[in-house]
Amino acid sequence: MNSNLGRLTGLTGGLMLALYTGLASAAYRVNFQPPVTRIAGEIYNLHMLMMYVILVIFCIVFGVMFYSIYAHRKSVGHKAAQFHENTTVEIIWTVIPFLILIGIAWPATKTVIDFKDTSNPDITIEATGYQWKWGYDYLKGEGKGISFLSTLTTPQDQIHNLEPKDKHYLLEVDNPMVVPVGKKVRVLTTAEDVIHSFWVPAFGIKQDAFPGFVRDTWFRADKEGTYRGQCAELCGKNHGFMPIVVKVVSQEEYTQWVAEQKKKASALAEDPNKQWTLADLQARGAKVYAANCAACHQATGKGLPPTFPALDGSKIATGDKAAHINRVLNGKPGTAMVAFGKQLSDTDIAAVITYERNAWGNKTGDMVQPAEVKAARK
Amino acid sequence: MSAVIDTHGHGHAAEHGDHAHPPSGLMRWVTTTNHKDIGTMYLWFAFTMLLIGGVLALTIRAELFEPGLQIVTPEFFNQLTTMHGLIMVFGAIMPAFVGFANWQIPMMIGAPDMAFARMNNWSFWLLPVAGSLLIASFFVPGGAPAAGWTMYAPLSIQMGPGMDLSIFALHIMGASSIMGSINIITTILNMRAPGMTLMKMPMFVWTWLITAYLLIAVMPVLAGAITMTLTDRHFGTSFFNAAGGGDPVMFQHIFWFFGHPEVYIMILPAFGIISQVIPAFARKPLFGYASMVYATSSIAILSFIVWAHHMFTVGLPTAGLLFFMYSTMLIAVPTGVKVFNWLATMWRGSMTFETPMLFAVGFLFVFTMGGFTGLMLAIMPVDVQLQDTYYVVAHFHYVLVAGSLFAIFAGTYFWIPKWTGRMYDETLGKWHFWLSIVFFNITFFPMHFLGLAGMPRRVPDYASQFTNFNQISSVGAFGFGLSQLLFLYIVLKCSVFGKGEKAPARPWEGADTLEWTHLPSPAPYHSFHEQPEVK
Ligand SMILES: [Cu+2]
Repeated sequence: MNSNLGRLTGLTGGLMLALYTGLASAAYRVNFQPPVTRIAGEIYNLHMLMMYVILVIFCIVFGVMFYSIYAHRKSVGHKAAQFHENTTVEIIWTVIPFLILIGIAWPATKTVIDFKDTSNPDITIEATGYQWKWGYDYLKGEGKGISFLSTLTTPQDQIHNLEPKDKHYLLEVDNPMVVPVGKKVRVLTTAEDVIHSFWVPAFGIKQDAFPGFVRDTWFRADKEGTYRGQCAELCGKNHGFMPIVVKVVSQEEYTQWVAEQKKKASALAEDPNKQWTLADLQARGAKVYAANCAACHQATGKGLPPTFPALDGSKIATGDKAAHINRVLNGKPGTAMVAFGKQLSDTDIAAVITYERNAWGNKTGDMVQPAEVKAARK
Repeated sequence: MSAVIDTHGHGHAAEHGDHAHPPSGLMRWVTTTNHKDIGTMYLWFAFTMLLIGGVLALTIRAELFEPGLQIVTPEFFNQLTTMHGLIMVFGAIMPAFVGFANWQIPMMIGAPDMAFARMNNWSFWLLPVAGSLLIASFFVPGGAPAAGWTMYAPLSIQMGPGMDLSIFALHIMGASSIMGSINIITTILNMRAPGMTLMKMPMFVWTWLITAYLLIAVMPVLAGAITMTLTDRHFGTSFFNAAGGGDPVMFQHIFWFFGHPEVYIMILPAFGIISQVIPAFARKPLFGYASMVYATSSIAILSFIVWAHHMFTVGLPTAGLLFFMYSTMLIAVPTGVKVFNWLATMWRGSMTFETPMLFAVGFLFVFTMGGFTGLMLAIMPVDVQLQDTYYVVAHFHYVLVAGSLFAIFAGTYFWIPKWTGRMYDETLGKWHFWLSIVFFNITFFPMHFLGLAGMPRRVPDYASQFTNFNQISSVGAFGFGLSQLLFLYIVLKCSVFGKGEKAPARPWEGADTLEWTHLPSPAPYHSFHEQPEVK
């Protein structure tokens, strides 16, 4: 019996020790991520202020409660008093909380006003939410004209536990947003299909992105580094798989990055009138399909009906070519099928349509050239 | 049941005629217009839904035990979170409180039954139909809706036919709630015993009166929102579609105009139960009865002007943000008054801690923590960081599980002697309390940390740094879920199996409302044909 007890104590002690050392490590973060903008810092401080206020109230209220539980029990022979109102006390405990609230509201109001002030930005970037990736368009300031998509790079095998997970599992992308340190960046948010939300915890910003509307927020990062966030509004099945990564770099590095992007863009610009062979189109289309279509329509082309219909043997993918081009360019309103016209180049769209019309059981032998896509755009 | 003699001995059996002898077997329950039978059915329906919703929750927690996808696909995961929310809100918590209202309101105001007995039957029987539709949506092509219980457009427009089934289910549940509310209001306003003025009503009756008005005010609003979703889905309207001149944010405004009062619909009756239990076990009258009534009313009124605090990240103008921040902070005042009043009721009482009191004190302790996090979320800039994270998940489970559900447990243990004529097993009841409160906190407390550190809600998979707290939470969830089977056993034992010590008419020394002072245990099938006089 005694030895059992001893073992139990030892075990509990060991567990406590493990818990304590565990708590000290980063895996048990119990507060906000370290703030890197003024707003995030203010939010951090507001949260701490509130925590102290709450802690004090907590101690008083539950101190009273537990004292009462201890002292005013029938089992210790306490006789019940019969009072049931006291106007003075009731007024006091209505007024005091009210005053505390005013004390909190004051700093909070200042932060709200600061938070909403998106005027005079150095750089304006539009963030567009797609199911399920982000698109960034640099609209104003240094880097104007840069535009790219930013997609999760965590391999499916890691997600399905077939290989070990990276350090930045689920929080890594192919093309991060890049901004210079110390500059005011205004982020316009919008979406293509459903509501998404642009959230970078270290910056203290979260702004929903609505299809058909533009909203804005801003940040000025004080420290270089890579900051990671996620889409914060449920946006369908891969909501958990559309992270946001922002790289804050020095002004020199930023200028260099802008130059590289510009060079890359001109190198990538393809001649829309080039004539492709069927094999080349199919090879390229397979890649485009895997990156943009397979999440819904599946690699097998069988889809996940009824929300995501099959392409294998579908009327669109085996019927009239023009209808197929139109569907990919403009999407189908009211369904999950979004317009890819803005996201993909003529060549990519031509390639993916060609792929879809020849993959699986769809052996139509059709070929779509980039020029046809270009013509179909109004 | 009708053989039980009521204390007044007015020889009711002779006057009753044939309705004193209800049909037996299944038909008794299908055709019953008796408030006690209907209350019982509401409570069993709610408990069944609680178990179903609980199984969904445990599946979610199992998937989240470690990073990566193990058990479910992301699309099914979203169905689980959506249906867990809908089932718990509309299937478990709301019907459970209506069950309490049915059993208790007539007995507490000295009325023989509810005002509209047949409509009462209809209100209940709509629910199993709606519940079946809701659950059936799992089995249609595309599965259950996966747009969250908030059903934000345009994601809800993308869903398969499961969404339509759920919309119909919500319409039916809304109709049921509205009829139930009309019944409750009419009963309370017209059928009180002579001498029972409004300001002499038990607090539980007061909270339900206010809740019923809230229900009538906002259930049609929800019906409007989901009907617009339905027509956007099938009839080419564009209420929420920007391309057609609509606005997806409008859905959120309408939804939360319903949704915030809905939160109080789920907590005010809980306040009522706690306000009955604490005085009974402190052997001391409720402190500040009048201020309790005013506080409850102000919470109800304020609930109509705070809805946009659920939408601090949609991009409201500064003035709007400030208005909704201030109005939300204001709610802390009447809520504080309530907590202080309960404390003052306990203060210098002569307390004992049977299971109902344990749950009431547990409620007070843990619900108040949910109140604190609510205050935190009222602060708009802080909310921006916490919106749609696990912090919010922690917050609303602190008020809905530790709040509403614990109050439901407190009320069940409190009144089950009156309902069944048997005392519940006190030892097991205490076990149920301690297991529930410990596992509840193990499950939900770590979620605060997850949210602060930046884990979004409604995700089937997460970055590795969130693993530890998720594992603690999942272990707690299974403990909490399994503990509820103990509750099932305790209730079955004194109801269906009729075992346990016989309950006296007034098992709780400090309980002084009419059902304890004027009726035997179990309460006779027909009570208060002769209304008691209240001084
Ligand atoms: Cu998203």
